Amino acid sequence: MPKISLRDALRDALHEEMARDESIIILGEDVIMHGGPYAVTRGIYEKYPERIRQTPISEAGIVGTALGAALCGMRPVAEIMYVDFITCAMDEVVNQMAKVRYMFGGQTDVPVVLRLPSGTARLIAAQHSQSLEAWFMHVPGLQVVVPSTPYDAKGLLKTALRGRDPVMFIEYKRLYTNEGEVPEGDYTIPFGKADIKRVGRDATIVATGPMVGKALEAAESLALEGIEVEVVDPRTLVPLDRETIFASVHKTNRVIVTDEEVKRGGTSAEIASLIAEECFDALDAPVKRVASANVPMPFSPELEKLVVPKAEHLVAAVRELVG
Amino acid sequence: MPVEAPSADTLKEMYTRMWRIRLFEEQAEYQSSQGKVMGALHTYIGEEAVAVPVCAHLKDTDYITSTHRGHGHCISKGADIKRMMAELFGRATGYCKGKGGSMHIADFAIGMLGANGIVAGGFGLATGAGWAAQLRKSGQAAVCFFGDGAANRGPFHENINIAAVWKLPVVYVCENNQFAQWTPQKDVTLVTDIANMAPAYGIPGVQVDGMDALAVYEAAGEAIARARRGEGPTLLECKTYRFHGHNFGDPQMYRTREEIAEWSDKRDPIKRLAAHLKEAEILTDDEDKAIQQRVAAEIQEAVRFAESSPYPTPDELYKDIYSYEYA
Repeated sequence: MPKISLRDALRDALHEEMARDESIIILGEDVIMHGGPYAVTRGIYEKYPERIRQTPISEAGIVGTALGAALCGMRPVAEIMYVDFITCAMDEVVNQMAKVRYMFGGQTDVPVVLRLPSGTARLIAAQHSQSLEAWFMHVPGLQVVVPSTPYDAKGLLKTALRGRDPVMFIEYKRLYTNEGEVPEGDYTIPFGKADIKRVGRDATIVATGPMVGKALEAAESLALEGIEVEVVDPRTLVPLDRETIFASVHKTNRVIVTDEEVKRGGTSAEIASLIAEECFDALDAPVKRVASANVPMPFSPELEKLVVPKAEHLVAAVRELVG
Repeated sequence: MPVEAPSADTLKEMYTRMWRIRLFEEQAEYQSSQGKVMGALHTYIGEEAVAVPVCAHLKDTDYITSTHRGHGHCISKGADIKRMMAELFGRATGYCKGKGGSMHIADFAIGMLGANGIVAGGFGLATGAGWAAQLRKSGQAAVCFFGDGAANRGPFHENINIAAVWKLPVVYVCENNQFAQWTPQKDVTLVTDIANMAPAYGIPGVQVDGMDALAVYEAAGEAIARARRGEGPTLLECKTYRFHGHNFGDPQMYRTREEIAEWSDKRDPIKRLAAHLKEAEILTDDEDKAIQQRVAAEIQEAVRFAESSPYPTPDELYKDIYSYEYA
């Protein structure tokens, strides 16, 4: 199977789906000129000049316009240059996009995909490094998708582009250049279906986004000590595949939940509490969480490196759990 | 390009719809006083000469977006008042199955993309509707109704700018009723003529007497035709006045009885259109009476429909969040 980067996997998904469905349209800042700062939309304009629009720096306008077009039969994909900037469009996301199906009694589909580059990269400090999955999870009506591999990214984006509901598509910037095997030809990955990235019996790590790779790294080194870790990647947070997570907890009886978000009120808090509610009797130890420090992202590399958890933190956490 | 004068039939239909709005709103207020209509209620009384003549230029395939004061927009676009009243009563037969209420009535089948509880919430929706129409080259147009208060919010600027630079077929219709909830417009902005903001976006700005249905008909006709021709958006400001305050029960401490009477007694848009139609011998006194009686009967029928409709059942709670069941 050919190996391609996560960025190329996303771009392939866009190209293939745009060829398949002419209602798919793209808008966002600089999406034509450079294919966006991360070049995901590069080459679209050359192929579909009518179907991609470069916008002013107007996030509220971008999301509002995408939503309006979606209510009128189109399938817009809006790129928000950095997820941090979605804060300028929170009315459009929370009060409009997430609500229109429900408050209008199911009269309309809402096929909008918001692509949201997230997380740390290149030392860009407090306003360009956030991970806001938990905010979106908290709002009924939004779907939240977090791919960790090129394979998942392509299959999940295709599903997003064929769906009927709004998708907050979280793209971790540091993963864009990661390579992985992606089959040629069409495939999709259903939402609400977790992927067991590694099978193990001694402890479970539920990991999302960039923490999946670190969990696999941790599992690799723990295997040398004879500790077999299972790594579960939910892939979509809404809908969430509770069954696969709970089944893994029942198998290993020990669990760590990890993500790159600020720990307080993060995705890890939600998943850990679900496990505590539903799997208490299966647990041999308290649920552990490994996530980012509760701080705005600092600029200096000497400080930034202290914020986001590393594989070694997961190794230490597993040792504590099984020790 | 001059707008063709409305035919006698069009004028009578406009007049009927204005009465339908007036009587629907009066009935909604009465039902609210009886505890039958619950929640917030913002009536369109006094502003009928804005939405009705604007929508007289639109087909079911054209789009409108609305505001928290949305009943008038729904009725102007041709919505079914039985389903509207049922929604106000929180019943399962309402437009939104009782999940929306007064501030969220929508009828996608006729291009009414929803009343909106967020001031300026309609700008993005109308702009996107215009984009969809432009891409399809369908000749459809979108109208965004908004109040003077919304002109102070960011989406006004962001979306009008986008529509202008993309030449989208959208008409932004400001219902300038001079109050943002309880705050007089002049206290919060120095530019009280919203049409004067249009040059900042490189688009035409037109101001019209929003109590004069014929003047609004002409101005809206020109703006909508321009949109359909692919020449881009227009900002159309209609100076108007809400006769009954921000919401039902508003003590209206911010204005005098004299000021209200000045508008409601002397500038009532329905009386004004009636006088014109009679003077032009388009409408007789008997026909006028018949129209009012017919509309009153429709409203009573709508109340009966709403009252006899069931409330939504508990299983509805988790439906319509997504296209599939998930909570």
